[in-house]
Amino acid sequence: MPGLSGRMSTVVKAKISKLLDRAEDPGETLEYSYQKQIEQLQNVKKGIADVATSKKRLQLQSDKLEQSIVKLDTQARQALAAGNEELARTALERKNVAQSELQSLDGQIKELQAQQDQLTQSEQNLRTKIEQFRSKKEIIKAQYSAAEAQVRISEAATGVGEEMADVGLAMQRAVDKTENMKARADAVSELEAAGTFEDLTAIGPGEDDIDRQLKALSTTSEVDSELAKMKAELGSGTPSAGELGAGSGPEPAAESGPAQGES
Amino acid sequence: MIVRISHEGQYELADGSVAALDELDHQAVRACEAGDEDKFHTAFGRLLEFVRTNGRPVDADHLGGSDLILPPPDVSLEEASKEFTAEGFIPE
Repeated sequence: MPGLSGRMSTVVKAKISKLLDRAEDPGETLEYSYQKQIEQLQNVKKGIADVATSKKRLQLQSDKLEQSIVKLDTQARQALAAGNEELARTALERKNVAQSELQSLDGQIKELQAQQDQLTQSEQNLRTKIEQFRSKKEIIKAQYSAAEAQVRISEAATGVGEEMADVGLAMQRAVDKTENMKARADAVSELEAAGTFEDLTAIGPGEDDIDRQLKALSTTSEVDSELAKMKAELGSGTPSAGELGAGSGPEPAAESGPAQGES
Repeated sequence: MIVRISHEGQYELADGSVAALDELDHQAVRACEAGDEDKFHTAFGRLLEFVRTNGRPVDADHLGGSDLILPPPDVSLEEASKEFTAEGFIPE
C-alpha cells in the first residue's frame, strides 16, 4: 500500500532492520534487542515524567490566572462604584486577556493529560511485549539451531521493534508539543516582563498599579466631597452679571472686587 | 492481516479487507495532497473507523509485526503530508 500506511511501514521497517543488523550471532542479537528494549522502556518512563512536569507547570500558571481574574473583577467593581469608568475599563480589559489566556492554558493541560494517559498505556503494552520477548529469548536460545533461531528472532524482534518504534514516535510528538507550549509560555513571560500583564500575576500583599490608582482615586473623591460641602456652606448660586452686593464669596474677586467697593 | 494504528495498537482484519483499506487510504492521501484539512480528517477518520469496527484488537503479548501501519489518530495534515523519513519523524 503506497499511501499513509506505506510511508509509516517504511520508516518502522527501516528502524527494525537497523536493530537486527547489529549482530550476526543469534544469541547476541537477542541480548542486544533485549538491551535496547529495556533502554526504550526507561526512556518512556522519563518521557511520562517530563509530560507530567510540564502539565504541573501549566496548572500552576492556570491557578495564578484564576486568582488574577477574581481580583481584577473586584477591582473593576470598586472602580465603577467610585465612578471611575476608565479605570474599571482597564481592569476589565486585563481580566479579558487573563480569561483568554486561561482558556488556552486549560486546553493545553487537557492535551497534556491525554498524552500522559496515552504514553502510560504505551508503556504498559511495551512492558508486556518485552516480558514476552524475554521468555521467548530463553526458549529460542535453548531449543533452536542457529538457522532456525534467526527466523524466530526476526519474528519476535519485529513485534517488539514495531512497538518500540511506535512508542518512540509517540514520545517524539509529545516532546515536540510540550516544546511548543514552552515557547508559548516563554512568550507570555516576556510580555509579563514588559509590563503588559504585570498585574495579572501579582498575588499576595504586593500592591499593583490598579490598587495604587484606586487609592489615589479614593483620596481624590474625599477632596471632591469636601469641596462640595464647602461650596454648600458658602451659599449656593453664582452672582449674575450686574447683580451687585450679593457677597458670593470667592467668585470673580479680581474684577468684581473694586466694583463692590464703589457701591 | 494485522494493521497497526500508531499510538493505539494492532488489529487483526480479514485478508479480504485490503481493497477497502486501500481505497480509504487513497481518499485520505488525495485530501492530504490537495491540502484540504477537513476532507483529510474526515477521510482518515473513516479509515481508522473501518479498522476499529472490522478488526479485532490483538493481545498485548503478541510479538508479530504488522502488515500495515497507519499514522496516529491525531496526526495533523502537516505531519501527514511530510515524508515520514527515519531521520525526520521517528527519533533514533
